[in-house]
Amino acid sequence: MTDEETPASAGGTISAEVTPAPNGDLAALELHPYDHLLRSEALPHIWCQGCGIGTALGALLHGFEHASVPVEKRVIVSGIGCSSRVVYYAKTDAYHTTHGRAIPFATGVKLTNPTLNVVVFAGDGDLFAIGGNHFMHAARRNMDLLVVCINNFNYGMTGGQGGPTTPEGALSTTTPYGNAERPFNLPEFAAAAGASYVARWTTLDVRRLQATFTEALARHGFRFVEVLAPCPVSFGKTNKIGTGAEEMEYYYALEILKSRIESTSHVGTEIVLHRPIVVGKFVDLERETFLDRYARVVAKAKE
Amino acid sequence: MSASQNLVLHPEVDASRTGAHFLLGDHACAEGALYAGCRFFAGYPITPATEISEHLAERLPELGGQFLQMEDEIASMAAILGASVAGAKSMTATSGPGFSLMMENLGLGYMMEVPTVVVNVQRGGPSTGLPTSVGQQDMMQARFGSHGDITMIALAPKSPQEAFDLTVHAFSIAERLRTPVLVMMDEVVAHMHERVVIPPPGEIPIHARPKPDVAPAKYRPYKPGPDLVPPMALAGDGFAVRFTGLTHDETGKAVTTYEAQRLLVPRLREKILRNRETYERTELYRTEDASTLVVAYGITARVARRAVDLARAKGQPVGLFRPATVWPFPEEKLRSLHHVRKVVVAEINLGQVLLEVERIVGRYAEAIHVGTAGGKVPSPEAIVEACE
Repeated sequence: MTDEETPASAGGTISAEVTPAPNGDLAALELHPYDHLLRSEALPHIWCQGCGIGTALGALLHGFEHASVPVEKRVIVSGIGCSSRVVYYAKTDAYHTTHGRAIPFATGVKLTNPTLNVVVFAGDGDLFAIGGNHFMHAARRNMDLLVVCINNFNYGMTGGQGGPTTPEGALSTTTPYGNAERPFNLPEFAAAAGASYVARWTTLDVRRLQATFTEALARHGFRFVEVLAPCPVSFGKTNKIGTGAEEMEYYYALEILKSRIESTSHVGTEIVLHRPIVVGKFVDLERETFLDRYARVVAKAKE
Repeated sequence: MSASQNLVLHPEVDASRTGAHFLLGDHACAEGALYAGCRFFAGYPITPATEISEHLAERLPELGGQFLQMEDEIASMAAILGASVAGAKSMTATSGPGFSLMMENLGLGYMMEVPTVVVNVQRGGPSTGLPTSVGQQDMMQARFGSHGDITMIALAPKSPQEAFDLTVHAFSIAERLRTPVLVMMDEVVAHMHERVVIPPPGEIPIHARPKPDVAPAKYRPYKPGPDLVPPMALAGDGFAVRFTGLTHDETGKAVTTYEAQRLLVPRLREKILRNRETYERTELYRTEDASTLVVAYGITARVARRAVDLARAKGQPVGLFRPATVWPFPEEKLRSLHHVRKVVVAEINLGQVLLEVERIVGRYAEAIHVGTAGGKVPSPEAIVEACE
């Protein structure tokens, strides 16, 4: 994989200032540049060693900073699952809702106060099994939300059951003989439902994720970012992909940038175990959002 | 960004409907919501509540508010909670099947302490049942339908006028106590036309949710005030709030321990019970010398009133006790009529509020049920007969 698609803004720069303690205390120097964006009292987090969720959260915080979203305008709404726990750590207005329902909850938040920058952050099971209906309709409405899906191919919090993104044939605690179902192809699903912005990266692609979040946070309408993330204790282990680091190697070996694929290629965005994984930005359109259209409804009603 | 945006947060005063009208119960309910300042409604079509949605689809945009038809009742309930945490007074309206779908996020609203109003226009059940006919069969679901120990507040209007009045009241309670409030209408009240007087804006006092009076750094989203209600900061206020359906401490941090549960869940219940005299409403009719009492609510209370007159004409000392707030049941007020020896509970179900009345009066009076399985209001004659 090359860097040719990397936007200029996607450097590894950090916006936070780390001020060493006057006495040169090393502990202060070791602060993470985004510590001020986290609720330090809530740490340590619950995620397992090698998990990809923290990487995605870090990239999202980077996006908030680089897209110059004012701190008080940042809202994260989540559902249930490992990914949804981000609301406890990120220092934003944070709402931990019910399983699958983050999108309609976030819809209410955004429509009530459209000056807020509302992000839904949840897992693949939350957003696409129990919450699939809400995802589809929010995309259709072009609702002004950024939806981040951590796709680790299984239900992590409950111990590694199969779900709507588990690859065909993959093992999980509820597919002990191999998954008989085909998974959702999330970028295609989002695009077909009407999303204005669709991208997919893995947690190996940190700088691309940072750039993507920076870009997507500044856009309007329904934006969807799929983040493929290791779940070493469940999916990775069960399917012999290995540790978090080994899953990164797996991504490194299999990732293909969308721009590198010939249009006639048979390689698509579906995910098949041990087959190439296409990553990149798939949709980026400026379209009227629900709020734009509803403003006309209000204008007409007031005539 | 539309010019309408801030109208949800800062609703414009609407005096366009002040005066006397001949209104459908469902429309009166919708107007009550608007009068109370509701500027966000999310719902899903369902008989016999659809007219509430239709009316608000027309009226809310006129006032710069948001009307949103969601993909289902689960989403509707979630959306009104989201709207409320951002500052809107919000509402949804449904009937039995949709009410079942709302149970999940109704519990979230209760646990997160989010003010909102849910209207259930009751029809005959179970399941799809009698979509176009009356029922009062969701009363226990209103009370206990969402899992876990919940203590809900539920109001039951008996007329279109009360559909207006009690919907206004529901918003006041919800905002003041930071909790979802249920308006348990029934199909007959929803679909009858009657005279409804809408007072000038401001004539009915409307309570607002308590706001934090501390700096963001010191704010704790679940630190209760003296009335057990925690002041509520909104999304965008700069307080970096953390609201959750998980058991939590005062800061909103998830703490899934017995100790945290022991502090939180009883407080949520006590908050509802300890403040009940601020919102409880009952109506007594000819009870002073009554030895027999009819307990009825919603449309059945009006039939019961006729039954009381019929029984009195026959020389029987019968009175009526009507809870307008059915949950929590006005226990002390009912018990104050301890001279009665017989209590007839009339309701359109096979015996739901009956169970609560039996619990309250069981030591000094016999409790009898007069009901139907849905589809029909018990007749005055049937109630009179039960009183004999």
